[in-house]
This record gives sequence, C-alpha cells and structure tokens, in this order.
Amino acid sequence: MSAAEDVVAEGHQAVEAVPKRAMTLGTGTSLVVLAALIIMPVFVKNFIIFQMTMLLIYGLAVLALNILTGGSGQFSLGQSAFYAVGAYTTAVLMEHFNVNYALTLPIAGVVCFGFGFLFGQPALRLSGVYLALATFALATAMPQLLKLNFLEHWTGGVQGLVVTKPDAPFGLPMSQDMWLYYFSLAVVIAIYIFSVNLLRSRSGRAFMAIRDNEIAASAMGVDVALYKTLAFGVSAAITGIAGSLGAIAVQFVAPDSYTITLAISLFLGMVVGGVGWLPGSIVGAAFIIFVPNMAEGISKGLSGAVFGVLLFLVIYLVPHGARQVAILGQQLVGRLRKN
Amino acid sequence: MPAMHVRLGALAAALALAVAFSTAASAQKKYDTGASDTEIKIGNIMPYSGPASAYGVIGKTEEAYFRKINAEGGINGRKINFISYDDAYSPPKTVEQARKLVESDEVLLIFQSLGTPSNSAIQKYMNSKKVPQLFVATGATKWNDSQNFPWTIGWQPNYQSEARIYAKYILQNKPNAKIAILYQNDDYGKDYLKGMKEGLGAKAVSMIVAEESYETSEPTIDSHIVTLKATGADVFFNITTPKFAAQAIKKNAEIGWHPMHFLNNVSVSIGSVMKPAGFEASQGIVSSNYYKDPTDPQWKDDPAMKAWNEFLDKYYPEANRADSAVMYGYIVAQGLVHVLKACGDDLTRANVMKQAASIKDFEPAGLLPGIKANTGPTDFAPLSQLQLMRFKGESWELFGDVLSGDVSG
Repeated sequence: MSAAEDVVAEGHQAVEAVPKRAMTLGTGTSLVVLAALIIMPVFVKNFIIFQMTMLLIYGLAVLALNILTGGSGQFSLGQSAFYAVGAYTTAVLMEHFNVNYALTLPIAGVVCFGFGFLFGQPALRLSGVYLALATFALATAMPQLLKLNFLEHWTGGVQGLVVTKPDAPFGLPMSQDMWLYYFSLAVVIAIYIFSVNLLRSRSGRAFMAIRDNEIAASAMGVDVALYKTLAFGVSAAITGIAGSLGAIAVQFVAPDSYTITLAISLFLGMVVGGVGWLPGSIVGAAFIIFVPNMAEGISKGLSGAVFGVLLFLVIYLVPHGARQVAILGQQLVGRLRKN
Repeated sequence: MPAMHVRLGALAAALALAVAFSTAASAQKKYDTGASDTEIKIGNIMPYSGPASAYGVIGKTEEAYFRKINAEGGINGRKINFISYDDAYSPPKTVEQARKLVESDEVLLIFQSLGTPSNSAIQKYMNSKKVPQLFVATGATKWNDSQNFPWTIGWQPNYQSEARIYAKYILQNKPNAKIAILYQNDDYGKDYLKGMKEGLGAKAVSMIVAEESYETSEPTIDSHIVTLKATGADVFFNITTPKFAAQAIKKNAEIGWHPMHFLNNVSVSIGSVMKPAGFEASQGIVSSNYYKDPTDPQWKDDPAMKAWNEFLDKYYPEANRADSAVMYGYIVAQGLVHVLKACGDDLTRANVMKQAASIKDFEPAGLLPGIKANTGPTDFAPLSQLQLMRFKGESWELFGDVLSGDVSG
C-alpha cells in the first residue's frame, strides 16, 4: 500500500490541480486575442509572419503536452519523437506520393495517435520521473531511427527531405507565408476548441480525476489504463499535426531537426506558459522561440548561459508561468473595478 | 581592299563601343539589397551553441578577418558588415535565421553557413529568393550542382572525391587489399563510404571485408577496432572525427594491429589528433590535405603562416592556434574578399554568383603549395585538389602530385 501512496503523493506534488474553468480564457479575452492574430499579418513583413507561424506551431505542440501533463498528470520528454513522426509523415506523403498538404495533416494525426496510444501501453506501468525517463529514451532514439538504412529510401536518411511550400489556393492574392499562417491559425483554433471541449467533457474529467488521485479515480469507475493511454494518444496526435505544419512551414525535415533539445524546449514552453493552462501554450512557445534570439543578442558566446539566467528568473519570479501573470492581471482589473 | 576597310571600320566601331561600354559600366554603380557606397552586408549562420559548437571558431575567425579588411580600408572603399547568427546546428533554426538575414537584415548574400543538414534546409529558399548561398561550410558532395541550384556554391574538397583518391591509391599499391572501414553514422561518414565504394568500383564487394559504424554519443570506439582487427583486414579506412580518430590510432597500437591506415582529412590536425594519440602510434598513417596545418613544424617559417600569426595577434589573440578551424576560416574569408573585389562596383547578387563562378587559379594564403581555387559556370566546387601525405616523425610528409577527384553532386 505504501508504494501506491507514494505514487499518489508524488502526483500531487508534481502537477498542481487546476480546476477546469481556470484552464481557459474568458470569451471576451479570447476574441481580442483571435482578432489580433487575424489582423496582424497584414501589417508585418513575411519574415515576421513566418515567425508567427512557427509560434502557432510550437504553441500547438506545447498545447498537446499541456493536455498530457496538465490534464492527465503524465510527464513526457518524448514529444519531439511524435513531432518528428508527424513531420515525416507529411514530408513523405507530399514528396513521394504527391498527396495534398492539407490531407497529410489528418493522416499524420492518425498515425501519431496510434503511435502515442501504443507507447502509452508500456508507459502505464510507469509514473512520475520513471515515465519521463522512458519518454526521454524515445526522444533520444528517434533521430537514429530516422537514419536507419531500410527507411532511407523514404526518409532520405541523414540528408532529410525537402518539402514544397504550398501556394495560396483559389488564386487568393496573398504570399505563401501569409497563406500558411492563416492555414495554421485555422488548424490551431480548431484544435484549441477541440481541446477545451475535451477537457470539459466526460473524458476530460476522467483525465483530471486521474491526475488528482489515481486511486480515487479508479474507485469512481474511471478506466485508468484506458484514459491514460488515451491522453497519450490525443497528445501525440496533436503533436504530430504540429509536426506536419512545421515540416510545411520550414520546408525541410531531417533527423537533426528533432533531437531531444526540441522535446526539452517544448517541456520548457509548457512550464513557462503555466502547466495546465491552455492559453499559456502560446506564451510558452513565444518564450522558446524569441528568448534564445534575445539571449544571442546579449552575448553570442554565452547565449546558452544568458538563456539559462533568463529562464531561472522566470521560474523564480513567476513559478506558475504565464498563468500566474494572467491571474495577477485579473485580480488587478477586479480591484480597479471595485474602486 | 574594301573588305579590309569594312573590317577596320567594324573594329573601330567595336573599340568605340567597348570603350563607351566600359566607361559606362565603371561610372554606373549597381547595387542589390545589402550593398551601398559605404557598406556590404554579409550574413552568416554558425553553430555557436549546441552539438557542433566547436566549429563556431570558424565564424569568429571570419569576423576577425573582416575587421582586419575594414581596418585596412575595406573592399573598394566599402566596409563589410558581417552579421553572424547562431542556429545551434538545428535545421529549423537555420531556416529562421536565414530568413531573418535575408528579409529583416537584408543582407547581400549568406556566406559560409555551416553544416550539411542546415544548408540543405535553406538551399531551396535561397535559390527561390535568388540570394547567393556562398561557399557553404560543409564537405558534402551535393553543393556542386549549378544546374539545379545556381545560387548555391561549395568551397572545400568534398568527402567523396577525397575517398576516391584513397581508393585509387589502394588499387595501385595494394590491389589485393582486404579493407576494413570505420565510419561515423551520419551524412559525413556515409559520403566518405560512398566515395570509397565508387572509387573501388566493381572490386568494392570483394575488397571491403568489414564496415563498422559508430554514433557520436558513444564514449569510446575501442570495441569497434577490436572487431575490425578480427576480420584480418590489412587496410584500415578511418572515417572519424578528431576525438575518435585519436582513440582509434591509440587502440590500433595497443592491440598491435598495423594495417595500411588511411585517415580522413577531417582529423589530420597534429595538435588535436596525432599528438594525443601518440606520435609513435601515428607513424605511417596516410591522409591528404589542402591547407597548411598550423601545428606542423615544417611551416614554421612559411610566409603565409607568419601572416596568419600576425593577423591572429592583432585581431583574434584568444584564438587557439592548434585548431585547424582557425586556418580554415582564414582561408575562406580570403575567398569572399576575392569575390567581392572582383565584383567591383557591380554589387548585384547575380554578379556575385558570376564572379564566384569565374575564379581562376586563386591561391589564398594558407593553402598547400600547388593547390588553387578554380570555378566555372558548371564547376561549383572551388577547391577540389588534395595532396597525399604520410605521417613521419612529428609532422606530415607530403608525397606524390596534387591530385584532383572532382565529383559533382
């Protein structure tokens, strides 16, 4: 019994319980953010649009991890593997089988769902740091698996694959970058709405029950094994779709793009954005994309160290990430209204 | 006689035209984005952090060299503004940085972006934007492809041609050799392997008795060496990066395996490979090179080496002089200066590529005697010559002629 208690206690410490209402933004705020995201590309250069697209894509990947960790309380350092599978599915389908890019997204999602669901099976026996380690192994192995000789015909081995960027359809007068941005935005919004609804649904409540107390959840009749693997599957599927979009935006896939560094970055993004707070995913993604550039601007030779210091400051000052900032802001607004 | 008159007339007209044209050309300055009367903006992407950060030295050396050029008055009166970004050797990051350089910083060209995967990631983008991807810092064979990628040009001798040179040597001197190969399991290792197999041709199947690969994450490659020795091979082709090359040489000596040993050019540094492995164990190893190893005592009084030392004293005093990457950066930076000088006042992207593709017998300081950079409209491999050398005493002894093994990608 003591072992089970340990696990439960560990789960408590690791992922703080987040009430499901606190996982999303209010309607008003959501609409403002959405309007900003829609209007913005009209005013900026293509390069900024590209960066915004990458922001959305990494945001999606962080969101996927957030469902897994914030929702069901399981850790994963292996998201880069799912991201890679999604990216390669799209690249191979587009370049070898001439499949339309939009069609490759659901295919990548399904492939990754299967992959994640299967990986969730052995992961069931592990929890906390042990699960993190198992997924870590997956992330380390992935680049080497992609280099395997018998896969080389499709994956291009170490040389990778070049992906053709799609033009805007129906002769729309917009650049490839802008089209891809709106395309990604549509996908991200759809998945965001799906995720919010998922977490508010019966399955979402089951995830959170498992996160908060596995034994209590199973006592209430939640099929712990099923929901744990399901969370893995859903998370992998969304990560895979992010990977697909990433492959199209970057126009290139290679094993070196999907190393353990990517997995750690995504994990970092989730922590900085606030574990379990879905809108924080975008903030977290912004952190992992823009802060290294800032760090490089401060010192080229010590960019890694500067990044570390900045990260340390963020964790120290706002341990709950962007969510904490948002809550503080909300309280401030509330107080002002009272006055 | 009328015919003669006509000819003379035509000649005169042609002369007049030529004069008019040349004065017009010299008076008219042409610029693309990134160049102006006072400045030329050059972009660069280097792995200053991440797994390949050891190569970051190349970017620092180039930056120092351009500071020297600027201090001496610049190129045709224009200063070089060298903007170098870190991509941590991650291809998606390379794409982001390349786009930042081209679209936000608005550079004239990107020079010496480093790494095969990183350059593959931006090749299509650079060519669709028609921005020169000049002298890429990778030995892969694919960069010599002017037909499909007219805006991408390589620099150093590629891995495949080097391996072919060894293959030719083996076929001539040891036609019945049993070859064992150890290679790093990535694009670089496989490129060498391919070159060796193609160089041996039909005999590859019978001559190569063992192939072992290792991952860079392995702490030591000793077990691979033991396995290779057990095959009874009498020729060993060592395709490893410096740390592993030193281990391999040492282990060979320890277990008493003395095959004819070919070491790839990536690991010929005396300071970081031969010395740590032990000079005793390194005797007789065959390799090839195209530039002077700064740690090789035979170049101590060489004028090029003296100039190099003076440059480092003044502009990059903290450089590690045993690091051959510093010499590499010094040579290729001269290549860029050569091309920009040749461009004159026509600093358009098209002219940069045109000049880069018409280098004739250019000898930057630091190359081995007899080795020259040459390019042409279909030859996008500036350096394609190598000289064989054998390790003797404490330095490399060059032997044979300067060899060429051009392979286009």
